[in-house]
Amino acid sequence: MIVQKTVRFLDERLRITGFSKKTLRRVFPDHWSFLLGEIALYLFLILIGTGIFLTFFFSPSAREVIYSGSYTPLRGVHMSQAYESLLDISFEVRSGLVMRQIHHWAALLFLAVLVVHMLRVFFTGAFRKPRELNWIVGLTLLTLGLLAGFSGYSLPDDLLSGTGLRIGYSVALSIPVVGTWLAFLVFGGEFPFGNIISRLYVIHILLIPGAIGLLLGLHLAMVWRQKHTQFPGPMRTEQKIVGTRMWPTYAVKAGALFFLTASTVTLLAGLFQINPVWIYGPFDPARVSAGAQPDWYLGWLEGALRLMPAWEVRAFGFTIPNPFFPGLLIPGLTFNILYAWPWIEAKFTKDTAPHNLLNRPRDVPVRTALGVAGLSFYTVLFVAGGNDVIAGLFNLPLERVTQGLQVMAFALPLVAGIATHRICKELKGRPPKTGDEPGHVIVRTADGSYETAEPEKV
Amino acid sequence: MTAVRRIRVLMFAVGIWAGAISGTAAAATPAAGLEEGRVLFENACANCHGAGGTGTNLGPSLANAGAAGADFMLSTGRMPLDDPHRQPVRKPAAFDGEEISQIASYVASLGDGPPIPEVDVEEGDLVLGQQLYAENCGACHSSAGAGGAVGAGLEAPALRHATPVEVVEAMRIGPGAMPVFQEQTLSKQDADSIASYLVYLREVPDPGGLGLGRIGPIAEGAVVWLLGIGMVVLICRFVGEKE
Repeated sequence: MIVQKTVRFLDERLRITGFSKKTLRRVFPDHWSFLLGEIALYLFLILIGTGIFLTFFFSPSAREVIYSGSYTPLRGVHMSQAYESLLDISFEVRSGLVMRQIHHWAALLFLAVLVVHMLRVFFTGAFRKPRELNWIVGLTLLTLGLLAGFSGYSLPDDLLSGTGLRIGYSVALSIPVVGTWLAFLVFGGEFPFGNIISRLYVIHILLIPGAIGLLLGLHLAMVWRQKHTQFPGPMRTEQKIVGTRMWPTYAVKAGALFFLTASTVTLLAGLFQINPVWIYGPFDPARVSAGAQPDWYLGWLEGALRLMPAWEVRAFGFTIPNPFFPGLLIPGLTFNILYAWPWIEAKFTKDTAPHNLLNRPRDVPVRTALGVAGLSFYTVLFVAGGNDVIAGLFNLPLERVTQGLQVMAFALPLVAGIATHRICKELKGRPPKTGDEPGHVIVRTADGSYETAEPEKV
Repeated sequence: MTAVRRIRVLMFAVGIWAGAISGTAAAATPAAGLEEGRVLFENACANCHGAGGTGTNLGPSLANAGAAGADFMLSTGRMPLDDPHRQPVRKPAAFDGEEISQIASYVASLGDGPPIPEVDVEEGDLVLGQQLYAENCGACHSSAGAGGAVGAGLEAPALRHATPVEVVEAMRIGPGAMPVFQEQTLSKQDADSIASYLVYLREVPDPGGLGLGRIGPIAEGAVVWLLGIGMVVLICRFVGEKE
């Protein structure tokens, strides 16, 4: 009764029924991998929720204070107000630590899910015409996600985050010609910085989430407008989508997906400690800790810095400082190639037709092989970001590990790419398993035992 | 259990028992400690460090290693060393406490090395310890004491098994690539404080759950990719598959 009245009230004013009817009746194709993006959306919502909680207690200030909280080894120590508030969130604020841990684990998982989602889109060719624009929006969302991560884990002003900022500053300095000015502009002066925490804070809690929210809306609107892609199968054509209706199936599934996602990050946050800032201690430019690493999603950049040989290039009277190549050229090339990929591929395949049916990765050996080669390159870089931990773990000399990974960075993509290409060619054209093939039937016999029977016998 | 294994276990037990007897026998005659230590040294150490601890191609002179050096190396099991070309690592001690103190007093008699330090963890100041640890030790041993690689095939060991005395001995003698921290640099009070901070780090529970070895973002990333993404895929398949 109330529902009816409310709906009528809204419909008389906003005329929502037509649109809602269309939406609720829409058919969405079924495949488990199509839910990854939706999980990323829910993780973003969880990040916003826990993030809002954290803003109530975090103070983004470099003002020096003397700690007097309950973590004994730091009592009486001079530290920034930002770091003090982090300790308070962890030890004083009720449920503060678990909120912080949910926020951080959700961030790590958010970026991991974004990457897996992007790989799904890449390997199935979902980025092809007419969806190139959404590929661009998606990549921008990934870039913003990386920036959100970096700006977020740099806020605590502990020894680890300060080391990360120092590296970021050095990479900014290494840009030829404009590096010094740009680094000063972004960081507000020379290292150690005065007010970088408050700047990062605005970026982290306002600019980036705002931009992500906007682009997320655009991303979903485009999916709605262009309709979701589907794998080829019986009855499925470029024009006709076979799937399940939004209402009630997918609406209920969406709820289930949200709660399962939320419980996953809560489980991680409840079981595993993340970023124990109290152990790292307050940031001090004269100190550093062994084993300092960025969060996983920037591990490939850290690895690139660690693998780069100590070359320095002089050109046109300018020195190009070494960190420029691994710190900016590699990510720059990476994202430019990714952004241009739909057009690069169309140029080589001369395929300009619109596609609503997905490829199976095996059916496009060259793209799949290139994708695997690229992926293995970034995996080697990622592993190199922890070269010291590997050296310690396997009792190997650090220099050998680094040299081995330098070779692997070139050798592994080649080997993995060629192997993938061969495997794909071998598998190409084999029919997919539809689940409709006659299977075995298990029958209970008179004496109580079981036997498999051929389907036609039943 | 096979007969052979049973015999082996029996032989092992007898060995322990015999070792215990010889330990008590030695303890009964402390005055002979120096001489006992010399005999043990000639048997176990002189091969590399030379007779009288003067050093050879395989091992350095121990003239200034002192009781601290001998006690540190022997009680952490770093010495005796199987392969003189590898960095010694922590393993079960080859000698019992009595024998170690005998060898230590013999090595101390060779020259002017540091004595076994007295460590009073209770006297240490936890806050000072944290500060000094972060300034002097964390760069190699990591903030959490988890250790780290320092290059040239060497590594700064994890400190989770080191006793307070071993920690201070290491400061005073600077084993391997580690610098020496003398009393002028780190006073007894400083050393006690660092030791007390390490004891605190070891004993304090991780308030946020499992500590993941306290090695930081690498372990966290592994958890996200193995467990997090694993669960996400399971969830997607559970929710996303028809029927």
